[in-house]
Amino acid sequence: MIKYIIRRLLQMIPVFLGATFILYFLVYALPGDPWAGRCGDRECPPAYVEAFKREYNLNEPLLVRYALYMGRLLQGDLGRNFRGNYVIDELIARYPTTLKLALIALAWTAVIGITAGIIAALRKGRFIDHLITVSTLVVISIPVFVIGAMSQFAILKTGLTDIIAVTASAGTLQQLILPGIVLGSLSVAYIARLTRTTLVENLRADYVRTAKAKGLTRQRTIGIHALRNSLIPVITYLGFDFGSLMGGAIVTERIFNINGIGGFIFQSITARDGANVVGAVTILVMVYLLMNLIVDVLYGVLDPRISHD
Amino acid sequence: MTDAANEPATQVASAGQPDAVGVQADERHASLWSDAWRDMRRNPLFWICVGLIAVFLVMAAFPTLFTRADPEYCILSNARQAPSAAHLFGTDIQGCDVYARTIHGARASILVGLLATLATTTMGIIIGTISAYAGGWVDTLLSRVGEIFFAIPILLGGIVILYSLPMPDKQPLLLQVGKVVMAIAVLGWPSLARIMRSSVLQVKPNEYVQAARALGASPLRVITSHILPNALAPIIVVATINLGQYIALEATLSFLGIGLRPPAFSWGQAISQASGLGYIVNTPHMLLFPSLFLSLTVLSFIMLGEVVRDALDPKLR
Repeated sequence: MIKYIIRRLLQMIPVFLGATFILYFLVYALPGDPWAGRCGDRECPPAYVEAFKREYNLNEPLLVRYALYMGRLLQGDLGRNFRGNYVIDELIARYPTTLKLALIALAWTAVIGITAGIIAALRKGRFIDHLITVSTLVVISIPVFVIGAMSQFAILKTGLTDIIAVTASAGTLQQLILPGIVLGSLSVAYIARLTRTTLVENLRADYVRTAKAKGLTRQRTIGIHALRNSLIPVITYLGFDFGSLMGGAIVTERIFNINGIGGFIFQSITARDGANVVGAVTILVMVYLLMNLIVDVLYGVLDPRISHD
Repeated sequence: MTDAANEPATQVASAGQPDAVGVQADERHASLWSDAWRDMRRNPLFWICVGLIAVFLVMAAFPTLFTRADPEYCILSNARQAPSAAHLFGTDIQGCDVYARTIHGARASILVGLLATLATTTMGIIIGTISAYAGGWVDTLLSRVGEIFFAIPILLGGIVILYSLPMPDKQPLLLQVGKVVMAIAVLGWPSLARIMRSSVLQVKPNEYVQAARALGASPLRVITSHILPNALAPIIVVATINLGQYIALEATLSFLGIGLRPPAFSWGQAISQASGLGYIVNTPHMLLFPSLFLSLTVLSFIMLGEVVRDALDPKLR
């Protein structure tokens, strides 16, 4: 087991290096000056360009620059933004809000998605199954920002604003409930479909027939035998999803005016503050990679069929 | 599809060596598609999707068939009017006709979807096929490189790419579309290459492929006339679904102000402009119509992909 975890960790290193290199390359090696847009709408003065080149080692060859950048990144140094603040400090101040939002989304995804998936699988081919399958498709097709705006519209029109907040500038738990639901809506649909597919597959498996044949009750056959096995891919997907929810938060936080990492990225795009955009995105990609690693390891632990050698 | 598939069989037959295996495989292949076609023809969902897609494609190609109004003719004093006979969908904050802008907005969105799908699918087919056919170190290298690109979520990577590219004011539409397509293509190909790789690996050990090789066909010929026709089904399904998702992705990027920017206009931009609590309450029409068109387009492509998949692979039902 330990060997398996270590091997996964080692396999992660080239992917991690490669992904950060691509991001670095995209920012600093594409045509266009990396300092463009750092001085607002004006051209940057030559003195600034010189200082910028020195600070980011732009006179060195690409690989050396990348190594130096990685060294700083590993120490948590993402550079400084327009206002002269360290990007990492801005992110540290904002991550609790985004984390809360993602956790709300995850909880709602897990409860509703798995329940809907189980219902659809057990009533396969009936009306409720078709209803759930079609509605997941519809949810998948409507972009998150449309769902967000529509939900705001519905709540404002029905006058429920006292119970459910439509903006979340303070980031309290009560304010984050609607954004969390909106953020998780896409995942609910995916989880419901995944649960349905795996459960339907497992209900047809030999071991379920055996369980039925030896006289177990329906609850026990489905609850203990089929469901537990079906939930393995679902749980791992949830972990994987957590990483992407942090990214999806960009859109949701913009709609609900939440001052988390996503909202920060959006504000920085609008203000054309490159250091913020790139720093925050790099961190989100790293969180995503880390979650994938954890999911991989978890999968190995949960499913004994995965080889640990 | 069937023409291309029948060709190798006739070639082999005319060479004076009727290859029973090859003919059989091609018949099975033809019946796979004709089975699927028979299935789909009877499915009303298929016709609904195809109909909607046809309407949106015509709208993208010839917007003037649907509206005579000029989407760029905006009168500020007419801003934020509710739908009326003169402005079917009302007017937006600039006083432009929402109906005209929604109809004309189809072009950018659908162009991005089509070109991005074309780019990622072509890259996926080429890289996946080479990877699976060559095997060995080529396969390892391509798979590892794909893994690295796969590790970057498209939305996040797309933001960085589009942010890093120069973004001058008043860029022509095609250039802007090209940038978004490039961002999607750079990050989107690995998942398609994976699918292609595994389906080529399934087809490769078949006897008709061995036979073609034994007869001395060149690798290019083996791939194009024996492997590809039999390995394309899974990637076509995913490409159809992706097309819808790329349209949604473009809208998301434009919504964030980093995808398509003025003078280009798309549904994502219109929705971005119309969101905000004040607008949502007072002028919901500005939000509703572009959202409806966008969602319907995405839905019809994703649904079509699902219908095709169900028809091609009855096991999934």
